[in-house]
Amino acid sequence: MKLRVPMDSAARALGADEVVDALVAEAGRRGQQIEVIRTGSRGMVWLEPLVEVEIDGIRHGYGPAGPEDAAAILDGTSVKALGPVADLDWMRRQTRLTFARVGVIDPLSLAEYEAHGGLAGLRRALAMTGQQIVDEVKLSGLRGRGGAGFPTGIKWQTVHDAAGPQKYIVCNADEGDSGTFADRMLMEGDPFTLIEGMAIAGLGVGAARGYVYLRSEYPDAIAVMRGAVLTAREAGLLGRDVLGSGRAFDMEIRVGAGAYVCGEETSLLNSLEGKRGVVRAKPPLPALEGFLGRPTVVNNVISLATVPVIFEKGAQHYADFGLGRSRGTVTLQIAGNVARGGLFETAFGISLGEVVNDLGGGTASGRPVKAVQVGGPLGAYLPVSRFDAALGYEELDASGGLLGHAGLVVFDDTADMLAMARFAMEFCAVESCGKCTPCRIGAVRGVETLDRIAAGDPAALPLLTDLCETMKDGSLCALGGFTPFPVMSAVTHFPDEFARLKEAAE
Amino acid sequence: MRHVAPQPTVEDIETLIAPFLALEGPLLPILHALQEEYGHIPAQAHVPVAEALNISRAELHGVISFYHDFRDKPAGRHVLKLCRAEACQSVGGAELAAETLARLGLDWHGTTPDGALTVEPVYCLGLCACAPAAMLDNRVVARVDAAKLDRLLAEARA
Repeated sequence: MKLRVPMDSAARALGADEVVDALVAEAGRRGQQIEVIRTGSRGMVWLEPLVEVEIDGIRHGYGPAGPEDAAAILDGTSVKALGPVADLDWMRRQTRLTFARVGVIDPLSLAEYEAHGGLAGLRRALAMTGQQIVDEVKLSGLRGRGGAGFPTGIKWQTVHDAAGPQKYIVCNADEGDSGTFADRMLMEGDPFTLIEGMAIAGLGVGAARGYVYLRSEYPDAIAVMRGAVLTAREAGLLGRDVLGSGRAFDMEIRVGAGAYVCGEETSLLNSLEGKRGVVRAKPPLPALEGFLGRPTVVNNVISLATVPVIFEKGAQHYADFGLGRSRGTVTLQIAGNVARGGLFETAFGISLGEVVNDLGGGTASGRPVKAVQVGGPLGAYLPVSRFDAALGYEELDASGGLLGHAGLVVFDDTADMLAMARFAMEFCAVESCGKCTPCRIGAVRGVETLDRIAAGDPAALPLLTDLCETMKDGSLCALGGFTPFPVMSAVTHFPDEFARLKEAAE
Repeated sequence: MRHVAPQPTVEDIETLIAPFLALEGPLLPILHALQEEYGHIPAQAHVPVAEALNISRAELHGVISFYHDFRDKPAGRHVLKLCRAEACQSVGGAELAAETLARLGLDWHGTTPDGALTVEPVYCLGLCACAPAAMLDNRVVARVDAAKLDRLLAEARA
């Protein structure tokens, strides 16, 4: 009997290891032969730990499973039975391109990776020139999935055209935004996709070295990525002679040290160099003067991990999905106070309301939805009246939102929006790198000003608005520059919570 | 097991950091290795590290003090990190953290008097669809409630 149980850290945090122990112990008691394969997560976090039992080549799901379910799962009589996993509504409605293998394969089996389409993209890229590779990425319409949405192909072109004795591919895996976990799931569930994407990027721009800057808060992802790099090196996928092509590309996993601002690309580069993670002024662009002053591609995990499927299926296939200038798929992360949270990959263009109410099933608490913070701690709080907004870079921007890394945090009607606005300023104050004044000082003043509003000071709200303008216009990077988004969106959409106290004081 | 009062010699430090010196940008890997070995960045390491990398002690201090992860003195035997970020707040994370700190009589970054446990804030563990989240040493726990927290605290203080 073949079983699969995720080793994704969300599944483990919900007790997947204990479920595996119980299954093995129960099978031992019965003298039954079972094989338990650890996989990534399918992304249905509300069903984790999700045990899959393979019957006639079809995987049947049981979840959320606890150790007490082991006997009934082995008998096939468990009340946690969900039927074939591929037929579940959540799975059928997705377009899984980047996440095609996550939850399906053993993350550290290169053989399974290849059997499920892995390395086809790299083999195709090896037959192309650097310019052809860059053109293919441009044609796909891929844009930076870390949040900025900058066209990946144009960034690669800059690095391709730059002269330099050494160029670098740096993967930004410093996924610090609350409500986002796509990078983590991808690295824990299909690490070779990221390695393959970085190798293709290296071939495209002429870089022979790569680094993944991975946050220390993700110990499981670090372990899986390190294991995958060793396997890839042994198999000749990395090294002096990539897949026997005579071309070199090798990479290393580097661990961050708990600084949120290092998710900003220039801070990340300073940190990778062993310096304080302070922001660099741009220009020069990292594409021209990046790691150690050399031309560097800095891309998010999901951007790089999407490159292999673009080369496997063709750029046009990828570009055929999406809406407007947002081509391909978006890996939505549905989180917070939500009944069905998890990862859902679909073409750009789905509405916010469909994601929260239909896919997510509303709040976990059963109370009405009050707001959704889209795009992490620097994204706006959107009220239910904006639920018709389409999830695309420009479309959400037009609705006053920010798609960012496509994380959505749902709040019910008990949420205190003044407290959330204050937290945004407090977080900015804690995490500011200190290089620019609007962020370093502004965030501290922001906390104080919000406390004055809470105490009923009528002069404080105009001051907060003015302060937010200054931070937006004057900060060097998105930390100080975008903290006003959650703050001012809370003020705009929930004015009563900022005014009521004032009236009480008057 | 972390050393309670490590007194590394210059030779100990030099041996520990030698494998990293050929890396591009070796300082963060070195600091992680020191902290892994000693539970903090011992003051005795400052001069050998600065000399090996040809940077000033002030620069080194600047780097160590910039990052939340690096400590200049040992933590408790276990470190409990409680997530303070938005997704965890949406399901009562802030209240849970406040109760935990009150019960232990600690503020953030504080250590229990028996030296068993240090409690620190963390901003996101990537468990936002099964919040609130916590991490005891390197083990993550999701949908943390009072009962789960009791078990974690008992385990840490055993």
